[in-house]
Amino acid sequence: METLRGKAWKFRDGISTDHIAPGRLFYLRSNLPELAKHVLEDARPDFASRIRPGDFVVGGRNFGQGSSREHAPAVIKLSGVSAVIAKSFARIFFRNCINVGLPAIILNTDGIDEGDDLELDLMAGKLSDLTKDKSYAFPPLPTVMGNILKDGGLVEHIKKHGDFKIDE
Amino acid sequence: MGKTLSEKILGVHAGHDVRPGQFAIVRVDLAYVQDGTGPLTVRQMDKMGLSKLANPNRTIVFLDHASPSPRLELSNDHKLLREFCRRTGATLSEVGNGISHNVANEEYANPGEVIVGADSHTCTNGAMSAFATGMGSTDVAVAMALGHTWMRIPESWKVVVTGTFPKGVYAKDFMLHFIGTIKADGAVYKALEFVGPTMDSLSLAGRLTIANMAVECGAKVGLFNSDELTRQYLEKLGRPEKYLPLSADPDALYERVLEFDVGTLEPMMACPHFVDNVKPIREVEPIHVDQVFMGTSTNGRLEDFHQAASILKGKAVATGTRLLVTPGSRRVLLEGLADGTFQSLAEAGGIITGPGCGACVGVHEGVLGDGEVCIATQNRNFKGRMGNPNSFIYLASPVSAAAAAITGRITDPRDFL
Repeated sequence: METLRGKAWKFRDGISTDHIAPGRLFYLRSNLPELAKHVLEDARPDFASRIRPGDFVVGGRNFGQGSSREHAPAVIKLSGVSAVIAKSFARIFFRNCINVGLPAIILNTDGIDEGDDLELDLMAGKLSDLTKDKSYAFPPLPTVMGNILKDGGLVEHIKKHGDFKIDE
Repeated sequence: MGKTLSEKILGVHAGHDVRPGQFAIVRVDLAYVQDGTGPLTVRQMDKMGLSKLANPNRTIVFLDHASPSPRLELSNDHKLLREFCRRTGATLSEVGNGISHNVANEEYANPGEVIVGADSHTCTNGAMSAFATGMGSTDVAVAMALGHTWMRIPESWKVVVTGTFPKGVYAKDFMLHFIGTIKADGAVYKALEFVGPTMDSLSLAGRLTIANMAVECGAKVGLFNSDELTRQYLEKLGRPEKYLPLSADPDALYERVLEFDVGTLEPMMACPHFVDNVKPIREVEPIHVDQVFMGTSTNGRLEDFHQAASILKGKAVATGTRLLVTPGSRRVLLEGLADGTFQSLAEAGGIITGPGCGACVGVHEGVLGDGEVCIATQNRNFKGRMGNPNSFIYLASPVSAAAAAITGRITDPRDFL
């Protein structure tokens, strides 16, 4: 996997799946490209229109709390975001990120500001904030999750192996 | 070494003893989707080239979030799901049958099982002493096809509850207090076990309310023992043979032990816009309430409507306030019609809607207007949850909701008892 480079978009603590994929747009769940046009709308109305492919969503605590809707990480990925970085994640959301092939990185994001230029090296486990000249290390994913992400998501993983590859 | 409840259940389903932090492949006994998550499951199964189900009789598709459907996109999603059931032999739970977790409880969930559902409130059936947990659509697709999934064995927390519920205080108030204390990310990845004399004597309806909200503090599951009350409950539902006694070993190891005395509790309320923004109702400003919504996987059972009706019978809903009453299942609707519960609620001015999720998810049947305030017996009050980000949702027990329906304001229900 190559390094990913983009701008940081900073969000508050506790961003819920209702912020990411709002309930009033429930009927768009079978039209993900259309739903993606509204991603994170209730947290930042300007996000979906201004984001550039490769940018990062940077959150605080408990990112993705709430519903199990896989559509939430799916539309984040569809909008061009290369990874979600947060201090902590809700567990169903975290697993869904990996399943849709969207890297979810856990580290202390307090020092990352809106607009910072970030570079993510998944293999090395390193996030560099080029604007602040600061680097963060993050631990590797559990084996099965790392395998799923490396394959590009759960669909690709199952197509390749026929089952979960839980060991190295 | 002694095992906690989840270590027992997951160990059996992994085929070997399991320890917290370990990763294991775990056999699944029941897998389900709802009409919001199901269409993605169907499409992902197709993409993976999986066409057969491991266990069609234990694979359920629930049409509950848009029941009946308010728009053509969702009607077409329903068509897709019906077609899937026809093609694969999966069991269809039609529009009007009720909410997934409620119907799963009535018809499918059993002690000792592993249950996965494409809905975060799948944890509800932890009340039946099943390891029941929510996952995303694709994970459930794989579980349906292969009959197993991977799990990280959670650390277990023992929650020991003592004391008698004071008047006007119920299981819902305890759980709101618990989440307000632990916080929305306080128990992430943990398996909660609710024990102690108060939980041992709590009805299944009360246990279901508590287990339903385990995910609201980040937990993977909220487990109860399988005991005499479970046995009686299963007998009433017509599957007594599914009973087996289940509890943790006395020497099981817990990461944390918490103690609560409900004797000191008051009626509680979760205030906008977070579930852990919990206060005693006494401390909440008695603002005007536009809508009161009763039902959902949290409090959509007959016992909940009995409690509401005991307050509302012979009274009238305040002018300027709407009361929505949504039975959690067809069974609850029929029982509540037969015993006069819904008659009382309708005579008071309640609007009885068809069984399903109703107003809870903002899809239909009670979307809020700009600036409106709603008290709901549901489990979540995130901004925009009920279909309008410019609205305010307060969470409470059925009795607290009933009191507010009469006064038209946020009200401490003890004023009515």
